[in-house]
Amino acid sequence: MPFMWHQGHACQDSSGDFCVTFQLTVPIAVVFAKGSLPAAQQRRLPFADTREEETPLNLRTSVTTRYETAYRSATGQEEAALALGTVQEADAALLPLQSGSLGSLTIYIIPEGSSLLPQGVSVYIGKHRSAVVRGPPAAGDVLTAVNARVRHIAQTMSFTPDSIAAALSDRVPLGNLGLDTRRPFKSSLGRGCACLPGWVGNPDPKSHDVRWDIEAAVRGYVQPFLDKLSFVANFTVDSQILYYAMLGVTPRFDRNSSSFLLSAHSLPHVINPVEARLGSSAASLFPVLNFLLYVPERAHSPLYIQDRDGALVRTNAFHSPRWGGIMVYNVKHPAADEAPLPLRVDVDMVRVMEVFLAQLRLLFGISRAPLPGEFLLENPGNAGLAAWELDRLLWARTVENVATVSTTLTSLAELLDKIGNIVIKDDVASEVYRAVASVQQAMEELAAGRLGAAFQASKEAVTSSERAFFDSSLLHLLYFPDDQKFAIYI
Amino acid sequence: MQVELQCRSRPSTEAISHDRQDQVEQFFKSGHTNNWAVLVCTSRFWFNYRHVANTLSVYRSVKRLGIPDSHIVLMLADDMACNSRNPKPATVFSHKNMELNVYGDDVEVDYRSYEVTVENFLRVLTGRIPPSTPRSKRLLSDDKSNILMYMTGHGGNGFLKFQDSEEITNVELADAFEQMWQKRRYNELLFIIDTCQGASMYERFYSPNIMALASSQVGEDSLSHQPDLGIGVHLMDRYTFYVLEFLEEIHPASQTNMNDLFQVCPKSLCVSTPGHRTDLFQRDPQNVLITDFFGSVRKVEITTETISLDPNLVILESRTPKDEITTEALKYAEQLPVAQIIHQKPKQKDWHPPGGFILGLWALIIMVFFKTYGIKHMKHIF
Repeated sequence: MPFMWHQGHACQDSSGDFCVTFQLTVPIAVVFAKGSLPAAQQRRLPFADTREEETPLNLRTSVTTRYETAYRSATGQEEAALALGTVQEADAALLPLQSGSLGSLTIYIIPEGSSLLPQGVSVYIGKHRSAVVRGPPAAGDVLTAVNARVRHIAQTMSFTPDSIAAALSDRVPLGNLGLDTRRPFKSSLGRGCACLPGWVGNPDPKSHDVRWDIEAAVRGYVQPFLDKLSFVANFTVDSQILYYAMLGVTPRFDRNSSSFLLSAHSLPHVINPVEARLGSSAASLFPVLNFLLYVPERAHSPLYIQDRDGALVRTNAFHSPRWGGIMVYNVKHPAADEAPLPLRVDVDMVRVMEVFLAQLRLLFGISRAPLPGEFLLENPGNAGLAAWELDRLLWARTVENVATVSTTLTSLAELLDKIGNIVIKDDVASEVYRAVASVQQAMEELAAGRLGAAFQASKEAVTSSERAFFDSSLLHLLYFPDDQKFAIYI
Repeated sequence: MQVELQCRSRPSTEAISHDRQDQVEQFFKSGHTNNWAVLVCTSRFWFNYRHVANTLSVYRSVKRLGIPDSHIVLMLADDMACNSRNPKPATVFSHKNMELNVYGDDVEVDYRSYEVTVENFLRVLTGRIPPSTPRSKRLLSDDKSNILMYMTGHGGNGFLKFQDSEEITNVELADAFEQMWQKRRYNELLFIIDTCQGASMYERFYSPNIMALASSQVGEDSLSHQPDLGIGVHLMDRYTFYVLEFLEEIHPASQTNMNDLFQVCPKSLCVSTPGHRTDLFQRDPQNVLITDFFGSVRKVEITTETISLDPNLVILESRTPKDEITTEALKYAEQLPVAQIIHQKPKQKDWHPPGGFILGLWALIIMVFFKTYGIKHMKHIF
């Protein structure tokens, strides 16, 4: 018999499991520059439109996407910004004119003949929350033609039903789980912290005296990235230099290139011996991501990594899902043997950080889906993360958090049903109430299109529900389960 | 002058065919990213030496194949190595004639002696641990962890004895696994038990992704092996002994699968009939590698992308520096007043007015004086 909550629907199907409908609202503003619309359609502006699409994921879960689109024509300031020379400058100038709230999008339509976008490019996605689209010829029905484009861009910059399904992979069994679902941390990030140590492994201190300015590199490159993600979780960063840390694998010498090679199938065995030397995982209760920069010993220099086809890997680095990444840094040795040992090595932190940040993005689940050639994606620059990529992460995380909370609380309820005399302490009860209130608020905020508030509420809900579920007083053993009682009387 | 590179994404046919090949490979492989092991020896006392040796031998194999100590929860009574009856103190041997010392000097026991109780065991599994528990005593697995559980000791039909004072039933164990599954605390779980009537312990499991092996069926006893006349007890149990011989052949890159593990220790060697249960497990045991559970082989991907960074754009010290908290240099408090104990002159004690006893004594003396010599002398005092 179905019954309804306030917002978002909850129903109970025949098996008694709750089914959940996620209602996700994306506020979009579509701004038409002068000359992009025919006069007839120009007169209709400004107006607002709402389109809903429901995607059932399985019998118990479905996602309703609402695009609340507000169409208007460009203001004078926006026209001035769009008249600038390059699209990057326009993007920077338009930023203060947008609402900029988490989860919202602004799409600018420019006339077909405009030279703002380079030739052959019809969509430019900036590093904040806006996109510039070259409109179709102003003669025909521009609005309808633009709508399809807007929907595609909105899906790229916020979420698709597939990405939501991937976030819900606990409730929605997927056939072939791709690598994308296995790599990122799941709601373990909801525990609040992650620790990111960076290491340099120097197995040959006699030959190499490795110096790396890690503090400046972290301040300059890693900290901005983590600051952007500080909304999601707290991070701590450490660093250490590890001497005499050997790889567990002996590299092969390749005569053709007179270098040493590590083949792709020996890479999994590199990590374990190194990990035994890293002390970090023993100290922290929170998930840890390790990044190791390995300077190969002189006898094994230069060392390159081969991929499965035998080609050399350009970055000379590899990563392992939920563990971290390793990069091999080759040092140029002067040809003459008179060079005094140890050779001082100043690590080029920019090169190293480029790889580490790329690995960090992958390990957080921020990846680029393939787009048609006419799309132009702006490089996020030194921050490492575009604002809309953060939004994508937040959409997926919020939905995942809500699903986790519902599973946890349902499971807790089943436990209480099974053991009739279990005692629920007051603080456990208050955590449960708080979790339920927060998750209801999260659903409301999602339906209203306020992504920031929805994510906060979902994070609180997860924290409360985990605290309630894992409370040490809820061990079923303490309450004499029924199967133990009969033994007394036999 | 900032130059920002722009990337164009263009799908290529080679990338697609690689992806498809990868997908096919991944479909048959396990989806785990880390490994944990929970090794429990439920017996204490000297005559149960073999149970401790069993557990320590499995611990050694698991460490050799790559699982680090931080991912192993080892529960032992740990009263063998320093037992007063041990002719070779600080050792625990697993082969007769004292060939192999499995105790050594780098064994990390997480729960020892009286901490090995049913309650602690269930707390470790379900995660309902008091917040003060140190990290080494926790099972911090997640939804992509493969867990190996090994239990040994004395058991019966449907129960396992813990330290001669309590029992865990198969229903409780099954419920604990279900609680683990509800919170997705494991991806796949391999449960091995070496006790008498061991197969009864896995009869009641009902959570998915569990594979179970036992050393004997209901009604049979698991027998011990390796009697050593020098130490005076049996050093190992048969099933574990042959499993360890099997594991000696395994190295981190080996492709041996679970079907081979099921064949270990046939009735001719083991006298009992080992059993196994795979109906709850989703993958075919043929495709399950031994190292999926006993070792820690990581999934690895080549990093092909980089982010382009511009060193000129680095914002240096843009954030306000945190306020310096002035701390005074701390020094150690004086532990002993050495100066007073040894030669120096004694400390001047502060003057206190005389207490009640002294006052009373003086009053008594004055009264006796006046009693003796007469009251008329009092006027000289006052």
